[in-house]
Amino acid sequence: MSETVSFTIDGKRLTARAGQTILAAAEASGVYIPRLCHKDGLNPVGGCRVCTVRVNGRPASACTQPVSAGIVVDNDTDELRSWRRQIVEMLFVEGNHFCMFCEKSGNCELQALAYRLGITAPRYPYLWPKRDVDASHPDIILDRNRCILCGRCERTSRDLDGKSVFGFIERGIHKTLAVNAEARLGDTGLDLTDQAVNACPVGAILKKRTAYRTPVGQRQFDREPIGTGVETRASLTVRGGEPGGGKPVQGEAR
Amino acid sequence: MVTHSNTRRIEISPVTRVEGHGKVTIHLDEANRVTEARLHIVEFRGFERFIQGRPYWEMPVAVQRLCGICPVSHHLCAAKAIDHIVGGAKLTPTAEKMRRLMHYGQMFQSHCLHFFHLASPDLLFGFDSDPATRNVIGIIGADRDLAYQAIMMRKYGQEIIKATAGKKIHGTGAIPGGINKNLSIAERDALLVDVEKMKKWSRDAVELARKYTLTNMELVKTFASHESNYLSIIRRDGAMDFYDGGLRAIDAGGGTIFDHVPNPEYLGVIREGVRNWSYMKVPFIRSLGEERGWYRVGPLARVNTCDFIDTPEAEAARKDFKALTNGRPNHMTMAFHWARMIEVLHSIEMIERLLGDPDLQGTDLVVTGERAREGVGVIEAPRGTLFHHYRVGDDDLVTMCNLIVSTTSNNEGMNRSVRRVAEDCISGQPTITEGMLNRIEVAIRAYDPCLSCATHALGKMPLIAEIMGPDGNLIDRKVREP
Repeated sequence: MSETVSFTIDGKRLTARAGQTILAAAEASGVYIPRLCHKDGLNPVGGCRVCTVRVNGRPASACTQPVSAGIVVDNDTDELRSWRRQIVEMLFVEGNHFCMFCEKSGNCELQALAYRLGITAPRYPYLWPKRDVDASHPDIILDRNRCILCGRCERTSRDLDGKSVFGFIERGIHKTLAVNAEARLGDTGLDLTDQAVNACPVGAILKKRTAYRTPVGQRQFDREPIGTGVETRASLTVRGGEPGGGKPVQGEAR
Repeated sequence: MVTHSNTRRIEISPVTRVEGHGKVTIHLDEANRVTEARLHIVEFRGFERFIQGRPYWEMPVAVQRLCGICPVSHHLCAAKAIDHIVGGAKLTPTAEKMRRLMHYGQMFQSHCLHFFHLASPDLLFGFDSDPATRNVIGIIGADRDLAYQAIMMRKYGQEIIKATAGKKIHGTGAIPGGINKNLSIAERDALLVDVEKMKKWSRDAVELARKYTLTNMELVKTFASHESNYLSIIRRDGAMDFYDGGLRAIDAGGGTIFDHVPNPEYLGVIREGVRNWSYMKVPFIRSLGEERGWYRVGPLARVNTCDFIDTPEAEAARKDFKALTNGRPNHMTMAFHWARMIEVLHSIEMIERLLGDPDLQGTDLVVTGERAREGVGVIEAPRGTLFHHYRVGDDDLVTMCNLIVSTTSNNEGMNRSVRRVAEDCISGQPTITEGMLNRIEVAIRAYDPCLSCATHALGKMPLIAEIMGPDGNLIDRKVREP
């Protein structure tokens, strides 16, 4: 058995395996920490900073920071919620996100986080950048208007598919998702069955001709708003474990 | 403001209790005679351009954002066009009936909104009544039951849209080659609960519009009226059909100009002209030319063009309507309202018929076949015939889009109505009253215009009338806060 350490998050005492990240340890105990660039199965990079928490008072990205014994973590505070809101708002104004007709709507992590964080409209001016759509691949479309530069496609393609289809060029506000080809996505070795095709948290990389197949009301985040699955499952486990707690009741989150 | 040295100009801007944003200008000479009267559509939308470069499957969901009142029309019309792109124009019975149910639901709610909420204050209170109460709030005060019915009828239509498209406004039900859901038993049963009540209220609505027309026949016969050609789609057997059919056009005497023209051949029979004073084009029937080829669409056009209506109560109402003009086309602009209510009755009868059809619970939802590069969809929107035409590249991105929305087809007809009212009610009058200006708006409202194919906050737009002297000075300005 691996060594366990204990720590607190928002005053709640949790245990973690040594070396486990704060994000993973929290999630295992039913505490959801919002994130965009991190995805289970990928090496964390701490790029988007949405998972920023305070560790003993110091800001750190929960997806990269390992738990150490006795640390005090702040997660769901007004200050951190405000920071996360601002990051997500900046992502909205930096790209061209039209949720109202985007086929990823209802299945989009960016949109779902905006709802969770209570964003009704961004406070920053829209930049309306000019970005292109690469539809050259017969089965996959790359719409850079919606890319949030999380790098999940790049890491998935490299680390899980072993292909290196994607990469980044330029820096700062000019940073752009590029493809490993002379010209376009259609010239790469990307296959419909590659895991990279399903790695995108937003509607930037999509399978063609599959849009809107799921009715409104039954889409991923219609059924379960982002983060609530983590919280609900934990709540049910605790209930079931409590003396006299009875059987878990589906959907009865506390 | 003044463009002619010896005339003055009245401007009604924006026109109220319509959907969208327009203004009317009336030019008067020194004896207050009308020299010109025009309806201008002052919004510019640009949808045809900015959806270029987007994938074709986005069209039904993206282009419906043109409108918040009848988005289902654009949703379904785009879907019908895109069906051809994916080789899925022959839908499964479940898909077609779900789409039809959605469409009748929207026809029902949109017509109710327009007749009760927007137009009825003029009919019930009179054109010259106090503008402070000549609105839907006034209706609530004067006839609580009628106002309640209006709201509940609109709600019923919206619930049908939600059950078929997932949302009451801007849903996603229709997808290329089909539909993304069927109607569950629970959804069906919930809708069946109120269907009888809706039928009764629809009958009452037909009677209300009929009674108004017959009691005010002297006014209705001439008010804003003029002869015109009419256009709609029509079922193979000549029945009224809102969802599918070839194009039929008739002339003012009821003679056929063309019939059962397949949708993809619309450019062979229709052309679009332009005017230098409006963003809205002026379509015309090609064989008649731009001068004589303009036509009207919408409820009046559909009741005029069809041979019959395929539901018993609406068909009886249609016969009653046709008897007024001895079976010939009815050109009375105010009769749009009566025709509209006949369509409300037809819609609820169709809704009832469809809800009883087990095909709606089918599971075969989508068909696809041979990929095409071009697709045309034509549908009858509440305001009239709507055309969507797309070309798509091999990479699935849209390269060309052409939309002819219903109100565009009614452009010339509405302008003639505005001119007629200006000449009949304003020309030569010593003073211009608010009621006279309202008559202009009454004429526009009869068409059920969707001026920009966009919704606006109801009741927030003031009416501004400016009267300019011959020297260009403002001599009178009236602002009416609705």
